[in-house]
Amino acid sequence: MNAAVPVINRMFRLQWEEAQEAWVLLYPEGMVQLNASAAEILTRVDGQKTIEEIQRELLTKYPEAEGLEQDVNDFFAHAQTLNWIRYV
Amino acid sequence: MFETAKRRQPLWLLAELTYKCPLQCPYCSNPLDFASAGQELTTEQWIDVFRQARKMGAAQLGFSGGEPLVRQDLEILIAEARRLGYYTNLITSGIGLNAQRIAHFHDAGLDHIQVSFQASDEEVNQMLSGSAKAFAQKLKMAREVKAQGYPMVLNFVTHRHNIDQIDRIIELCVELEADYVELATCQYYGWAFENREALLPTRAQLERAERITNEYRERLAAQGHPIKLIFVTPDYYEERPKKCMNGWGELFLTVTPDGTALPCHSARMLPLTFPNVKDHSLSHIWNDSEGFNYFRGKGWMKEPCRSCDEQDDDLGGCRCQAYMLTGDMHNADPVCAKSEHHSLIVEARLAAEGDVSTAMTFRNERNSRVFFKG
Ligand code: SF4
Ligand code: SF4
Repeated sequence: MNAAVPVINRMFRLQWEEAQEAWVLLYPEGMVQLNASAAEILTRVDGQKTIEEIQRELLTKYPEAEGLEQDVNDFFAHAQTLNWIRYV
Repeated sequence: MFETAKRRQPLWLLAELTYKCPLQCPYCSNPLDFASAGQELTTEQWIDVFRQARKMGAAQLGFSGGEPLVRQDLEILIAEARRLGYYTNLITSGIGLNAQRIAHFHDAGLDHIQVSFQASDEEVNQMLSGSAKAFAQKLKMAREVKAQGYPMVLNFVTHRHNIDQIDRIIELCVELEADYVELATCQYYGWAFENREALLPTRAQLERAERITNEYRERLAAQGHPIKLIFVTPDYYEERPKKCMNGWGELFLTVTPDGTALPCHSARMLPLTFPNVKDHSLSHIWNDSEGFNYFRGKGWMKEPCRSCDEQDDDLGGCRCQAYMLTGDMHNADPVCAKSEHHSLIVEARLAAEGDVSTAMTFRNERNSRVFFKG
């Protein structure tokens, strides 16, 4: 189980964009449009919740999703290499 | 650097607040006749532009110029832009900045500051910017930007006179704790085109610089360093052109100091009429104006582009470059080896191998009036 607490790096801002009907990450002179699952995870990152708590929330919301925990772990590993998040 | 779905929206708004600038970079991308530009937009007019663009999907807002710090209402503009939900970028030479102003911008909600440098070497830097104290001021401001917790991009325009110092440039950026570093070999529009001969590096210079940058990248990554080095090569050493602004009127919207709207900051040189935000709504400008529609799609193409199977890769390249070099903006960008004008590029490369004069036309009001045949 994962007790690490992720937080979005200062360089990035997570924001709902009405015109794109999507969550995006904004950073200096750039923007990434997030897919639905990335958005589900990142919008729960608040510098308080542990990864485990985020996984539990998602499992409650999507009880039938298979391999969800692993997907979340993979996502955080990827997000860290992209410098989107760090751990508090 | 945009990864999004493909709907035609002006996601990136560049607000060129003023053409005034205390420096005189000989590679400035401002129009040569900038001294002839009309009255600058007022605070209210800018805010109205921000509001309209935001509704149309704009998410990134760049404050540039000239030197945007010259505008006394910059703080108000930043605050309003941030309130509207923009990611706000200040693109500055650092001249006119101080710790207090950085703090005020921070309170106003500024997201990021980009400081542009001319070289890591004080002497070359002074020669290029025409200012003696500029370099020390830039260093000081870069440190202050980081000290106040901003993300920071450092932009080094590289060329013949500083590209051999690329290792020192990179080390300086690491020391200054830049988050991103743009090592951008200058593109030859505006003032840089006038000075091309004195600025274009040789192929050997370029290859060396790219190799050194790659070595630093590997070394820094191995140390787990988060800094990102972005190396932009000049298209003069390519055989295919770059795709213009991700497509003409697809993503970028520039508004110039007097309110003229452009699909790219250098498009004003083209023999087209571009609309002004004082006369038309942004949605009319973006969707219906002749200037924004003219090079959308591929219907305007001539041979060899018209029947080329690589059309979608580069859309025929840069319209301004085609116009500047061949006199016809519908031609293929002469960077393309399939262009009958490609020899112009090859000749410029060859000229770079010889002894070149270092005489340059500096970007200032006096020289601009020479270009202004109004
Ligand atoms: S001919 Fe035109 S479309 Fe084809 S590669 Fe060259 S510039 Fe691009
Ligand atoms: S053609 Fe496009 S990329 Fe080239 S300078 Fe003009 S607007 Fe910019």
